[in-house]
Amino acid sequence: MTSQTQPDDKSADSTRATEMLSGAAMVIRALADEGVEYLYGYPGGAVLHIYDALFQQNKVKHVLVRHEQAATHMADAYARASGKAGVVLVTSGPGATNAVTGIATAYMDSIPMVVLTGQVMSHLIGGDAFQETDMLGISRPICKHNMSVRRPEDIPYLIKKAFHIAQTGRPGPVVLDIPKDMTMPNQTFAYHYPAEINLRSYQPKQQGHSGQIKKAVTALLAAKKPILYAGGGVIMGGASNELTELAQLLNLPVTNTLMGLGAYPADDKQFVGMLGMHGSYEANQTMHHADVILAVGARFDDRVTNNTKKFCPDATIIHIDIDPASISKTINTHIPIVGLVQPVLTDMLALLKQKKKKLDSAALELWWQQIEQWRTVHGGRYDTTAPLLKPQYVIEQLSKITKGEAYVCSDVGQHQMFAAQYYKFNKPNRWINSGGLGTMGFGLPAAMGVKLNYPDADVVCVTGEGSIQMNIQELSTCKQYGLGVKIINLNNGYLGMVKQWQDMNYESRYASSYMDSLPDFVKLAEAYGHVGIRVTTPEELQPALERAFALKDRLVFLDIHIDPKEHVYPMQVPGGAMNDMFLSKTERT
Amino acid sequence: MRHIISVLLENESGALARLVGLFAQRGYNIDSLNVAATEDPTLSRLTLVTHGNDQVIEQISKQLHKLIEVVKVSDISEAAHIERELMLVKVKASGNQREEVKRCADIFRGQIIDVTPATYTIQLVGTSDKLDAFIQALGTTPIMEVVRSGASGIARGEKTLAL
Repeated sequence: MTSQTQPDDKSADSTRATEMLSGAAMVIRALADEGVEYLYGYPGGAVLHIYDALFQQNKVKHVLVRHEQAATHMADAYARASGKAGVVLVTSGPGATNAVTGIATAYMDSIPMVVLTGQVMSHLIGGDAFQETDMLGISRPICKHNMSVRRPEDIPYLIKKAFHIAQTGRPGPVVLDIPKDMTMPNQTFAYHYPAEINLRSYQPKQQGHSGQIKKAVTALLAAKKPILYAGGGVIMGGASNELTELAQLLNLPVTNTLMGLGAYPADDKQFVGMLGMHGSYEANQTMHHADVILAVGARFDDRVTNNTKKFCPDATIIHIDIDPASISKTINTHIPIVGLVQPVLTDMLALLKQKKKKLDSAALELWWQQIEQWRTVHGGRYDTTAPLLKPQYVIEQLSKITKGEAYVCSDVGQHQMFAAQYYKFNKPNRWINSGGLGTMGFGLPAAMGVKLNYPDADVVCVTGEGSIQMNIQELSTCKQYGLGVKIINLNNGYLGMVKQWQDMNYESRYASSYMDSLPDFVKLAEAYGHVGIRVTTPEELQPALERAFALKDRLVFLDIHIDPKEHVYPMQVPGGAMNDMFLSKTERT
Repeated sequence: MRHIISVLLENESGALARLVGLFAQRGYNIDSLNVAATEDPTLSRLTLVTHGNDQVIEQISKQLHKLIEVVKVSDISEAAHIERELMLVKVKASGNQREEVKRCADIFRGQIIDVTPATYTIQLVGTSDKLDAFIQALGTTPIMEVVRSGASGIARGEKTLAL
């Protein structure tokens, strides 16, 4: 109980006269000193002192959401787009519990976030006080770390520590619980924000082991059928350039996970598409037949591997990851490299450039011939001649009109998979979706978080009529802050992914997957002060998209009525290998 | 396989809950656990007995390392080590049984630390196996209560788990 409360005394500017601040003022001041521009939150009893301190300064700006979940997704999406931790402030009890889904969402995708939760007065804790909940207990399994404030003078140190933990190593959300009596405005303490923090129990690795890197390079140079499998770690690790250089130097086919889209440019010929459950035919085939897999910042998730016992039987696996626990967790790794992906890839590149040994270019040529053949199978391509509007077509058009450069924030379901498959992500940090937790309701607040921080960029929310209604109240927040997000609502009147599984596994018994009594989304958008456009035919799509993007500063809600019968393909056959796939309603591998 | 995992962790509130929670969330077993502060009051030493195959034990060790307050982790059962557990057993001891229980305790080098006309409370220290064996050896003696500390362990020789 003693060590945590000893601030590291490394002052950035020790000559300055000591400032005396209240706990509440220290919270806000520490955020300002950390360089935080926006704080996403919702006030309530336990955090009123902090809100009052916020009101009395102008460095940190507050965004008032309509539900705390949205605050967490806004902060999360800002982090995904910028690489820096997003910050949330909510009150105790229901404010904190409403933030839980957002914290878990960030945790599953390793997104840095600092969540400040109010708490009842220290002396009331444990007594079932009004709006008391054990937020440390609730959030423990869904965050990287959590802490509570015991003495007001520790606030700057604890906030620094929260940012340090959230943003280093494998990133993740950190919760700091602040009892109300730690923020009393009439009690002041010496303020001092530590420049850096060193924790003896937390020393994340940076560089990879040079011997392991040598082994990896040797294996890659000897490969006849290699593939590069890149995940979200490349995005959050800012290693997209190094990854691209490495892939091109070695002439490797590249597949990205759902979280890794944009790590390698989708338009490049070496890109074979996303892999996994709804991955491309060629990506899954290339993986399955590979002799060397270079996995970078990816975690062999169950939505990637399919049946682990049948996973890539011939492959030597090289795995670069910052988290040792991700290595050999589901799939045994032959050459593990623990470290940040960016320095590890840089070291690999340096070593490769020194090496005299050349690639086996004859073998690679054969390998590429095989891959090109898989490409021609066109597994999972959609029917372009149908009279009904196809969701895939909508995404293709969206990709074209935004030149693959928009920030695409997705909700969860069929539309998410269509967006992942058909939007051409050529840059990292542009595809923002809840990959691990699969949180419906993520898309709109995520788009808001990005738009607020990148006001000149095109920011799109790809959603469905199910997901959008999980946080539709945020249309009001968009109005308040002038967030010109474009909402692409792929409306098929069903919870599409649920329906697809019911079609495939439950003889089309649509148990609660049909959404009756849908609102008129156009009128709804208008009621919130936005622009609504309905699209029901393929011909209407192009002009509607053009109009939406021309209205730069306005939120445009495009309610696009699509073919309700469409399924997402390819789809891996449950229990099969990587390359066992349904390619359409009638074909399978 | 049974493993004895030693953990050095920051002596902070919540650290133990986080560690125990990890085992519950990820479905790992805890056969026994004990924890107390070390000679440095900012550090706690925890000994945890678990079982699982090599892959599970490797994951346990890695997941423990990930906890922010965990300073060091060692599977001490991987090398030469000493293991001790403390047990207190209260038994009914009257008539002929009184002498029998006393003899049994002596054989196991236990100590009788509390006596009433009808009961003995025996203290026994040893490996967990030895404590199990003692309970077996008590045979028909009625056991009223058993309290065990769970195993503590330390590596043999020069090897230490310290800062």
